[in-house]
Amino acid sequence: MNSALWAAKTGLDAQQTRMAVISNNLANVNTTGFKRDRALFEDLMYQTVRHPGTNTAQDSVLPSGLSVGTGVRVVATQKLHTAGGLQITENPLDLAVQGRGFFEIQMPDGTTAYTRDGSFQINGDGTMVNSSGYTLQPSISIPPDSEQVTIGRDGTISTMIAGATTTSVIGNLTVTDFVNPSGLRPLGGNLFAETAASGAAQSGTPGLNGAGHLIQGSVETSNVNIVEELVSMIETQRAYEINSKAISTTDSMLQFANNNL
Amino acid sequence: MDRMVFVAMNGAKQVMTQQAINNNNLANINTTGFRADMSVSVAAETTADSPETRLFSINKSMGVSSRPGDVYTTGRALDVAINDNGYIAVQDEEGGEAYTRNGEMVIGPGGLLQTAGGYSVLGEGGPIAIPPHEQLEIGKDGTISIKAPGQNALIQLDRIKLVSLEDGTVSKTDNGLLKSSAEAVVDGQVTVTGGALESSNVNSVEALVNMISLARQYEIQIKLMKAAEENETASTQMLTMR
Repeated sequence: MNSALWAAKTGLDAQQTRMAVISNNLANVNTTGFKRDRALFEDLMYQTVRHPGTNTAQDSVLPSGLSVGTGVRVVATQKLHTAGGLQITENPLDLAVQGRGFFEIQMPDGTTAYTRDGSFQINGDGTMVNSSGYTLQPSISIPPDSEQVTIGRDGTISTMIAGATTTSVIGNLTVTDFVNPSGLRPLGGNLFAETAASGAAQSGTPGLNGAGHLIQGSVETSNVNIVEELVSMIETQRAYEINSKAISTTDSMLQFANNNL
Repeated sequence: MDRMVFVAMNGAKQVMTQQAINNNNLANINTTGFRADMSVSVAAETTADSPETRLFSINKSMGVSSRPGDVYTTGRALDVAINDNGYIAVQDEEGGEAYTRNGEMVIGPGGLLQTAGGYSVLGEGGPIAIPPHEQLEIGKDGTISIKAPGQNALIQLDRIKLVSLEDGTVSKTDNGLLKSSAEAVVDGQVTVTGGALESSNVNSVEALVNMISLARQYEIQIKLMKAAEENETASTQMLTMR
């Protein structure tokens, strides 16, 4: 009906979405391997009321036209893949990727997902799985009588079997990198899926060709910065209030016209 | 018949349009790199034989405000804030060149460097494709350097096309990108700050005051319409008394 009202309404919508993104970030402030989101705003289409260059007379043209904007929208939410902090846990199966790269996880439906959350455990068969019980790829089986598991910076896993005097290598972990990690689709459960925007998965040895190396006994913490999120929250709240003020002002203009004419 | 009511009606309509423009600015108070729209009212004389009291008002766009927005750091490699009067050149839907202040870039499908809205960022020879890399740096002059996987040295990839546009020549296209009526020249003086973004340049206090002022102007126009109606009623009454 009235574009002044609708433009302000889109402002409320967009700020509401941004608030949801901020709340989600704050809720995940202690989630291992979590990457924070950011809401990206874009102005909506402009309606051209009068085109610049329109003839006002035979020899003169309008130097400038008139375009009325129709508001704002959240064009995307973007994962920021900056590094989180390292938390030392001393748990031998906790891994952090120092640098670029993701762990590859086999989903129950056979598809592959990727994660930065390196808090792995052993299931009943001795296989390394993530906290949801999904198998780490390449699949690693820890022998039942292992006394000590050592994971090197390059992903080599070796164990000391009870009674043996030397360690034996039981497998090699890989990390998977993407050209554009922000293009990955978040699946929840700290997992991501490959998309056309992320580029193809490139699996490699940790520490080689740009892939990050592994750190045993540590996990990567969430990269949410609480102070920054709180400041964003204040900013969002004020922007919401301003837009709601714009709606009430436009409303009172229309009300005045209705009451007085 | 007296045309006063039409002049007042036109005034109210124009004020409402200005309020829409102002509300759009307020809605975009958190849009990165947004430039506030400016408009003015100008008097337009009617061509009919009427006294000179019949001046209608017409809204005219004054382009966009070139006041710099606040710069805040994000630490993300693909974020840039543009200093001074510079703009990033992007490719619009028709393949032409348009400009933006929004330095929030992403790597889109096919490895193309794009703005968040999906417009390809132009380099020295058209859109920029970003190959697999371990590290990416954007220099002060817009030069993109990458460290390829397994390499130790940074190599120069391309340079973002940065142009400077003269104040007053910049206007918006229907999709919110900027264009200039004058020739845009690649300007070596334009610098960018990496890992930072420029916020919207809408001044919230100014826009709120403007909003109140427009609301009051609207009420005045309505009052004038009311007065015109009362005048008509009075003259009709005078005629009926006879």
